[in-house]
Amino acid sequence: MEVQRVDITDKAISLVKQLQDKHGELIFHQSGGCCDGSAPMIFEKDDMYLDDSDVLLGQIAGVNFYMNRDQYEYWKHTFLTIDITEGRGSSFSLEIPLGFRFIVHSRLMSDEESAILNG
Amino acid sequence: MSYSKPNFNEKYGNFINGQFVDPIDGEYFDNPSPIDGSLIAKYPRSKKEDVDNAVAAANEAKESWGNTSVTERAALLNKVADIIEANLEEFALVETCDNGKAIRETLNADVPLAVDHWRYFAAVIRAEEGSATELDANTLSMNIKEPLGVIGQIIPWNFPLLMLSWKLPPALAAGNCVVLKPAEQTPSSATLLMEKIADVFPPGVINVIHGFGPEAGKPLASSSGIDKVAFTGETTTGQLIMQYASKNLNPVTMELGGKSPNIFFNSVMDEDDAFLDKAIEGAVLFAFNQGEVCTCPSRILVQEDIYDKFMERVIARTKAIVQDNPYDSNTMMGAQASKDQQEKILSYINIGKEEGAKVLAGGDACSLSGELANGNYVQPTILEGHNKMRVFQEEIFGPVVCVTKFKDEAEALEIANDTLYGLGAGVWTRDAHQLYQIPRAIKAGRVWVNCYHAYPAHAPFGGYKKSGFGRENHLMMLNYYRQNKNMLISYDKNKLGFF
Repeated sequence: MEVQRVDITDKAISLVKQLQDKHGELIFHQSGGCCDGSAPMIFEKDDMYLDDSDVLLGQIAGVNFYMNRDQYEYWKHTFLTIDITEGRGSSFSLEIPLGFRFIVHSRLMSDEESAILNG
Repeated sequence: MSYSKPNFNEKYGNFINGQFVDPIDGEYFDNPSPIDGSLIAKYPRSKKEDVDNAVAAANEAKESWGNTSVTERAALLNKVADIIEANLEEFALVETCDNGKAIRETLNADVPLAVDHWRYFAAVIRAEEGSATELDANTLSMNIKEPLGVIGQIIPWNFPLLMLSWKLPPALAAGNCVVLKPAEQTPSSATLLMEKIADVFPPGVINVIHGFGPEAGKPLASSSGIDKVAFTGETTTGQLIMQYASKNLNPVTMELGGKSPNIFFNSVMDEDDAFLDKAIEGAVLFAFNQGEVCTCPSRILVQEDIYDKFMERVIARTKAIVQDNPYDSNTMMGAQASKDQQEKILSYINIGKEEGAKVLAGGDACSLSGELANGNYVQPTILEGHNKMRVFQEEIFGPVVCVTKFKDEAEALEIANDTLYGLGAGVWTRDAHQLYQIPRAIKAGRVWVNCYHAYPAHAPFGGYKKSGFGRENHLMMLNYYRQNKNMLISYDKNKLGFF
């Protein structure tokens, strides 16, 4: 059985598609910290420097979803669904001018999911 | 006493080179009030060209401003303080309307503190001196502080005028010109301030650009025309700004949030007195500013032998929080700053419940009636759980506190330091040894001891670990906006003798 860590809603997929048409290849990066933190952000693929300190959680709507490794340790037992909500953040995330924000909804993984993904 | 929504123009411009100007491509965005969702005004949706104009104006002004005497600079900073103070109520109302926070906070905290920061930097810049050291009988080493030039400042939406007043006065006092970008959720008080002080500084010394992060923030942070970036916000944008700054080899200051522990040792309950009352309020301060504070005391750690009795009082005090119209001076807690913020907070409460946290108070959105039905309100919420839960580890930036118990000092410290962040912490005790030893062992830049949420201008503030680096407030802040010119002077008439 194929088990994933991250999924995306249809509404969010159509927003990603709009952004892909305008900006080309994209990545998601989960932010931490204050203000607009604790939210997924989307950037042009080469805008953000990624290395071993970033974990690839999966690919949604053709976009790789990354998170900092330290943060991942606290998140890895939860399954994430990327959605959108009306609003406006002050980060550099590309969807902001469109009047939407990506938002992450979480649920606990089942024991079965966790056994496969986290060992 | 009850106030009402202040009046605004239909739209506002950027403040560049001493004048309000329209965005070059004529685009604006709507700025709604989080109190009731109503439109405040339209603000410029600036792009790179607008930012470039502001940076050019600042560069034009920097030579002359950098050579202005500190006497003159201080006088102008004091003038700004006087203007804000004379219009305190107007600033407080605009801030409440734009951010959603209760008027009692803007009248008594945000605006008066902002005034004091301008006055503090007006004062310290004149009291400060460089240094001169005689290295030997004929050699003098002289250190003169010089401004960096042009500073880019990107400020957050939780305390719009106060965060502006943390960043602008030290940069200006040190002799720099500034291009400042307020958060797009809260452009109003910065605009009001520019209206009031438009003629105070020479053109180009202060420039304010509105717009969205990817369209205006990024061009500012990556501009080769600036000499430093100061940023308050979250980690991913912080990393991006550091990347952009690295291309220009520019220094940066980062304030990126926290997950601050607020620790209550059993001695707080030795007496039922004024101090215990203060400690209970100290725990409930998680709800201050709707929890939208980088140093929100969002983890309460209580010693196990007082846990039940102490939390009973904290829960009762939390349930007594008056959440109503933010314009009413009896209201203690207002609206979250934006719809998406509200939704993020509710999503966190949900994952907290899923992870097994017990809801001791609140736990949902707060529905207010009438016009306020369209506002973004969340109940003050207490979740009981353990420190490995995500709600204990991630900054929710809302009125949500997570509480757990500890056995002894060692366990208190282990839990307190088990976090990616290190911005603030609180320690409450009547034990004289704990008063010193516990704060020293906590890895955070600011530890409040028997108090919380005090932000005097003359106490340095900043983070350890992923909360960032650099400090704000205090005269040490001046050196984050300056370079050191060392003049090494020889009074020896004799040559070295090498050539």
